[in-house]
Amino acid sequence: MLTKRIIPCLDIKDGRTVKGVNFENIRDAGDPIELGAFYAEQGADELVFLDITATNERRKTLSELVTRIARNVNIPFTVGGGISSVDDVSVLLNSGADKISVNTSAFKRPELVDELSREFGSQCVVLAIDTRFENGDWYVYLNGGRVKTEIRAYDWAKEAVNRGAGEILLTSMNNDGTKQGFALDITALLSQNLNVPVIASGGAGTMAHFKDVFEIAQADAALAATIFHYKEIEIQALKTYLYQDGVNIRF
Amino acid sequence: MKTVIIKYNAGNIRSVLFALDRLGVEGVVTDDPEEIRGADKVIFPGVGEASTAMRYLKERKLDQLITSLEQPVLGICLGMQLMCKYSEENDTPCMGIFDVDVKKFTSPVDNLLKIPQIGWNNITGLYSTMFEHVPENSYMYFVHSYYVALGADTVATTNYVINYSAALQKDNFYAVQFHPEKSATEGAKILENFLKL
Repeated sequence: MLTKRIIPCLDIKDGRTVKGVNFENIRDAGDPIELGAFYAEQGADELVFLDITATNERRKTLSELVTRIARNVNIPFTVGGGISSVDDVSVLLNSGADKISVNTSAFKRPELVDELSREFGSQCVVLAIDTRFENGDWYVYLNGGRVKTEIRAYDWAKEAVNRGAGEILLTSMNNDGTKQGFALDITALLSQNLNVPVIASGGAGTMAHFKDVFEIAQADAALAATIFHYKEIEIQALKTYLYQDGVNIRF
Repeated sequence: MKTVIIKYNAGNIRSVLFALDRLGVEGVVTDDPEEIRGADKVIFPGVGEASTAMRYLKERKLDQLITSLEQPVLGICLGMQLMCKYSEENDTPCMGIFDVDVKKFTSPVDNLLKIPQIGWNNITGLYSTMFEHVPENSYMYFVHSYYVALGADTVATTNYVINYSAALQKDNFYAVQFHPEKSATEGAKILENFLKL
């Protein structure tokens, strides 16, 4: 049976992981390759690398980094951050990325999703949505959560899937950083009504939160950063817990 | 030993090269018939669409070349599907090395089956030298919308809505639906076994 996926997310700036990490068994926790390989060894099912570099050298640094990751990491990985064209994606996939994620650029020009899925296949096009609940509904936010839109997350997700997005990476801004659990309702709404996998993100604080997002919200995958980086939850222990609780997991 | 990866218009060649590299093997990417024919091992990868890939192979007569190879050949993902008889993906006649068809996943109950299947699934009924020291129920990474039905050449089975072929083998032809190059240590073991054939 297809298993639920656990996905650590690594923020990258100028080729280095951003969030401080304290693993005594890693030489250089700022090195995305070392950290990625460590997570792979611990049983992570996939990795997401989110590039937040703003400089002009961004593209070149990133493609070199992607090549180094692909060379050293033996599980699939997604690269996101600042991708806005077929050319951007072509470079990253040719460097060895398995999938790419788009967010603001796709919302501003939805045809990008059509172009990418036609050119490279839906399986490598992940649509990332940052969403916040207010006035009774979940709305799409852009530019890393700084810009509000009037479009509902579900409507945008549905349109993007029709245009060829192969997966949805859904981050709840209300939950992100709270460690109070994933946003189960919006995750369930998307997961139960769209025929592509939904990756839930934002709010993981305990192992039970993962179980809830898989079982109650039927998420296909769950993504987290801080709790893994700070070793509050170790991937092996998390997978043991989920396995023993009957969640279908690669173990 | 010379290992070639057949170069054509259906990607993910880089990942295969890197996986070989991690095993200490340098793969050569080529579409040169003589170089392919002279190799000890041939890997036929692929991510993409069946009819476009078949057209490309036919134009260069690579389909006939692959069918005529006598050394161990490993098809991966779309590569495996193209080695079958026929694919429902845009109604495409394929190479026919394996006497079995490729079909689209369909949901038995509603339209909400998630396609493509993306993620880790377990393989069972392992029956091939490529699975030596690979335990039953090992998890492999799959990404696909079409599947190869069960048949006489099935040497591993997976379930996604239905049971289907996770791997095929007939004579010197080996094929896997999943991506061994992305399937952690168990996937690497399969590649290693193939290289040792």
